[in-house]
Amino acid sequence: MEFDLPFIWAGIIAFAVLAYVILDGFDLGVGILFPFFPEKHDRDVMMNSVAPVWDGNETWLVLGGGGLMAVFPLAYATILPALYAPIIAMVIGLIFRGVAFEYRWRTRRAEYLWNWAFSGGSMLAAFAQGITLGALVQGIPVENRAYVGGWWDWLTPFSIMTGIAVVVGYALLGATWLVMKTHGDLADRARDLALKCSFATVAAMGIVSLWTPFLEPQYLDRWFGYPTAIFSVVVPALVLGCLYALITGIRKRHDSRPFIAALGLFVLGYAGIGISFYPYMVPPSLTIWDAAAPEESLSFLLAGALVLVPIILAYTAYSYWVFRGKVDPEEGYH
Amino acid sequence: MFESFDATLLARFQFAFTVSFHIIFPAFSIGLASYLAVLEGLWLWKKDGVYLELFNFWKTIFAVAFGMGVVSGIVMSYQFGTNWSVFSDKAGPIIGPLMGYEVLTAFFLEAGFLGVMLFGLNRVGPKLHFLATVMVAVGTLISATWILSANSWMQTPAGFAMNEAGQFVPVDWWAIVFNPSFPYRLTHMVLAAYLTTAFVVGACGAWHLIRKTAPRRAQKMFSMAMWMAAIVAPIQIFAGDMHGLNTLEHQPAKVMAMEGHYQSHPDGAPLILFGIPNSPEKRVDYAIEIPKLSSLILKHDLNAPLAGLDTIPEELHPPVGIVFWSFRVMVGLGFAMLGIGLWSLWCRYRGTLDSNVWLHRAAIAMGPAGFVAVLAGWVTTEVGRQPYTVYGHLLTANSVAPIAAPAVAASLIAFIIVYFFVFGAGTFYILRLMARLPRDPMPELGEGPLRSSGIMPGPAIHSSHANTKGGHHGV
Ligand code: HDD
Ligand code: HEM
Ligand code: HEM
Repeated sequence: MEFDLPFIWAGIIAFAVLAYVILDGFDLGVGILFPFFPEKHDRDVMMNSVAPVWDGNETWLVLGGGGLMAVFPLAYATILPALYAPIIAMVIGLIFRGVAFEYRWRTRRAEYLWNWAFSGGSMLAAFAQGITLGALVQGIPVENRAYVGGWWDWLTPFSIMTGIAVVVGYALLGATWLVMKTHGDLADRARDLALKCSFATVAAMGIVSLWTPFLEPQYLDRWFGYPTAIFSVVVPALVLGCLYALITGIRKRHDSRPFIAALGLFVLGYAGIGISFYPYMVPPSLTIWDAAAPEESLSFLLAGALVLVPIILAYTAYSYWVFRGKVDPEEGYH
Repeated sequence: MFESFDATLLARFQFAFTVSFHIIFPAFSIGLASYLAVLEGLWLWKKDGVYLELFNFWKTIFAVAFGMGVVSGIVMSYQFGTNWSVFSDKAGPIIGPLMGYEVLTAFFLEAGFLGVMLFGLNRVGPKLHFLATVMVAVGTLISATWILSANSWMQTPAGFAMNEAGQFVPVDWWAIVFNPSFPYRLTHMVLAAYLTTAFVVGACGAWHLIRKTAPRRAQKMFSMAMWMAAIVAPIQIFAGDMHGLNTLEHQPAKVMAMEGHYQSHPDGAPLILFGIPNSPEKRVDYAIEIPKLSSLILKHDLNAPLAGLDTIPEELHPPVGIVFWSFRVMVGLGFAMLGIGLWSLWCRYRGTLDSNVWLHRAAIAMGPAGFVAVLAGWVTTEVGRQPYTVYGHLLTANSVAPIAAPAVAASLIAFIIVYFFVFGAGTFYILRLMARLPRDPMPELGEGPLRSSGIMPGPAIHSSHANTKGGHHGV
């Protein structure tokens, strides 16, 4: 039997994007929450809680982009022009927040500026990613291997809604991360924010999920037609389960359970999108197989990915383990 | 028609602008990562605290430069799609996997161990920490390998076929990765990164030597940097020469532009040292030339015939003026670096390396030389291969995305403003970090507690703390 390489690759890319969303999600979330923590000391601790790992988290985004170009070049070549403005906004947001990790410690006079860059950049990047998601769900028209829509097609009430949803969701991840990594007053306030964000996130997920089926007939079929309608029952039920674990975790002052439950929410939301999309790479124009690169490219990179991704996961886990436990406010090399 | 022409031009300018900014940081961080690994290795080996102090001093600078490299690199990896979507669709099956391997083998490695390297000394102990530093250095080199393979394939494509959709389809991956110009380009670029770093470190050392702020550390830095300059500069000139011969074989039009040879020379071509290329008239005005030398360099024979741009259709000419000048800037700086290297050897022999103020001043003036040479070299390479993106197969004009000029113009302006602001601030912080007062460790500190077992030598940590904190924070 032949392996269905495009299908395998779609799985790997989906995994890379999910890894990105949950990993960079919490560190962007920490940036998004900056305005709620005006004290310098708190901000130092917040930043130090993600400083050793943010670069690795963001590398998943590079893998998502680079991998897409390698294995689904046509998807890469149509999605990015279609989403020109949000993509540029995202990278600019990432520039500001990325350099803030270092610059913020290099100046006292301009520290406020890099605080702004950190939280503003994080919000901009998260919002742009949400818009990107929304625009993909709405669909991207392609003819003759090129994007044929207009420059502002991505801007709709739906995509703004998904933008907000992602910002709120990342804030939830960030807040639960802080609950896990900090103590004292900072952790208490993070707990309070986490509670608020949980409700907001689930509400946003609900709105987006109810809206999605009406955008494309395909989605409607998927969620209300047999046999896939089973998901329509299972996924929301699991979401409620996660929400329960999240809220009781916060109430009972559990350290790590809220974070894990929040991750669960993200995985479920992501699975929901996957269910809607399949088998499209660029709905409603290109399927996974339309967009795939030639066999030789897929197999060449697959050989490496199968060996390297587990190794990467191993040393990434190691570096998280090195920095395990609560952040010590006295630590940090700055 | 006109609109698409404008969008192409703007997209090219945007690419050139963003990649030129990007390359500055890898050029520095490739060299600095290796330097840090050497410093930490020397510290572990010789147990001399001065190396640890130097390590900590440059580590902070590395962190800032690396951060800028990462964020400017992310822009690059998305720009292929936003502005060069046709190129991505067609060449993606070949370029994409090469860059995919770069991410898998290099970026993750660097990122995974960077955190440990920057923050983890007291958590993992010196041995594992050294391993992390080495991994970061190796990562930067692997990264350079893949990206230069990708770029070299675009310059000298090999090992592919075309399919019905107009895509480049890989046939022989070995031939693709090790395409004809790749070994030369990789060697030349890695040496360039080492030289760039050597001159930055040298300038910093010289500055502190002149100000007498931290004699011992400044001496060490300066001496190490001058060794690098003296050894690597001649190798680099040799490598550059080999690279040029390779280019003559595969991209003759580029060499004609570099040399300013509009006309063919049937019996020995002159080497034009300086002059003003005049493309409409097809000649170099005010040329200062040495007869037959170009044939000697390129063909190793005074009278060898050398073809000129007159043998190539006009629409396939690269822009001669830019290539001609950027090449001279690079070569000129290469010889200036060699000069500094030789001068330092002389002073070292005379025992005046630490006291010759003129050498120190010259080294300070040459601090940015590596960056300028790298940029000039890349401009030569990339402008010289015009009008193609994939040499001989895909024209730049046919690579661009179907985007509207206003969209590219707006993003270009945004990038210019953001880059000058963000990277301007970063450069300022780096300069300030270099200028900070480096506290010399007490000589005895090298012995004593540092050698003791246990997870982390306390004093080292504290002095590094005090250093970064007190030295430059409150300015
Ligand atoms: C510190 C930096 C540096 C220095 C001192 C030099 N170069 Fe260089 N050169 C580069 C940094 C560089 C580079 C940035 O690394 C380039 C751009 C693309 C590449 O492969 O290397 C380059 C390209 C490049 C090319 C273009 C090759 C092509 O596009 O196909 C040639 C012919 C040379 N170099 C030759 C020289 C010679 C004869 C030098 C002697 C003085 C020299 N370079 C010094
Ligand atoms: C990092 C150092 C580099 C510098 C400074 C650089 C510089 C440039 C410049 C100045 C141009 C514009 C040429 C012109 O329009 O006349 C250009 C074009 C281009 N370069 Fe590079 N380049 C670098 C590396 C790379 C690499 C590694 C790749 C690919 C993997 C690449 C891909 C391209 C492409 C696709 C173009 C086409 C756009 C165009 O022709 O304007 N470059 N580059
Ligand atoms: C000769 C040209 C290039 C070299 C030698 C090079 C090398 C490097 C290196 C060493 C890094 C690590 C970060 C740093 O040290 O600053 C880096 C970062 C990066 N580069 Fe380049 N690069 C080149 C051109 C490009 C181009 C054309 C692209 C676009 C595809 C690109 C994409 C990236 C990305 C995405 C990162 C961030 C990686 C991370 O998250 O760790 N680079 N590059």
